[in-house]
Amino acid sequence: MHELGIVFYIIRDVKEAAAEHHVEHVSGVVMDIGEVSTIVPAYLTDCWRWAADKEDLLRGSELKIHIIPAVTLCGDCQKEYETVRYGKTCPYCQGGNTWLLRGREVEIKEIEVKDNN
Amino acid sequence: MDEVKIIEIKKSIFADNQQDADALRKELKAKGVYLLNLMSAPGSGKTTTLIRTLNLLKDKLHIAVMEADIDSDVDAVKIQEATGIPSIQLHTGGMCHLDAEMTRQGLDNVDLEGIDLVILENVGNLVCPAEFDTGSCRNAMILSVPEGDDKPLKYPLMFSVCDLVVINKTDVMPYFDFDLDKCKEYIRMRNPMAKVIPISAKTGEGVEAFADWLLAEVRNWKNQ
Repeated sequence: MHELGIVFYIIRDVKEAAAEHHVEHVSGVVMDIGEVSTIVPAYLTDCWRWAADKEDLLRGSELKIHIIPAVTLCGDCQKEYETVRYGKTCPYCQGGNTWLLRGREVEIKEIEVKDNN
Repeated sequence: MDEVKIIEIKKSIFADNQQDADALRKELKAKGVYLLNLMSAPGSGKTTTLIRTLNLLKDKLHIAVMEADIDSDVDAVKIQEATGIPSIQLHTGGMCHLDAEMTRQGLDNVDLEGIDLVILENVGNLVCPAEFDTGSCRNAMILSVPEGDDKPLKYPLMFSVCDLVVINKTDVMPYFDFDLDKCKEYIRMRNPMAKVIPISAKTGEGVEAFADWLLAEVRNWKNQ
């Protein structure tokens, strides 16, 4: 739902990083996106195409999405389980005292630059 | 073939916003200004609730209101006309939420001298505003009866970031299958610390409890 807004934040951060590393053109941006981050990857890449092509730095660049599986920890039995499959109830002890360990990430992992840059 | 060079970044896109939000909260603390981030779905009765509540509080506190919407200024005009409280309208330029930087830009347009309480009426949306810390002292949300008692299950993040949930439109409860106890239980599953206040902005029932909560919050923030 807010993928375009997220794309604007990514562009801002990539611009900063590019300036810091004296890069004139970025060919790819790799994102780590958590499975339960509320981001729809296909929308994110669509928004990226629209917004990135308006920037000289990012024209034609590809947004690559690496999904981080969501994992929840049960505070009662200390076991870890797949969040998407079992939700908030621990499948081992049926306890509800559970915390999400990973899966909400929206991180820029790395940027790719063609060497003739 | 061109070799590709990789530059490692490893940075959350929320990191800058978190820093901005923490900095804004610190500044507000120093100035003794309490900022409430009020969220809800469109049509939950945020503006009507605010008018009722502000009329109860305006003799006790100096208040300002910031209305955030994608477009128009109907809410800011309505609040100012009905309460006499200075209200400004923020436009998010198509964005579905406010972040800390946009909130700061909004506050730059408010004369904070002598102000105790600023209420930020966030964009009507139960998804995106929950993701972004605005720099507010507390988050509150309004859930209205016609939306259904199962909303805490469908929008878990929103309910887990809110310190207060106001349940509005209790006057129409008989016409909807809304189970207040069940709704409170669902809210507690997401957030055991959340306070719940049922109100009817139309009849005024319960609005005093919301006003009292706000008054205590503002005094606590100033004295802490």
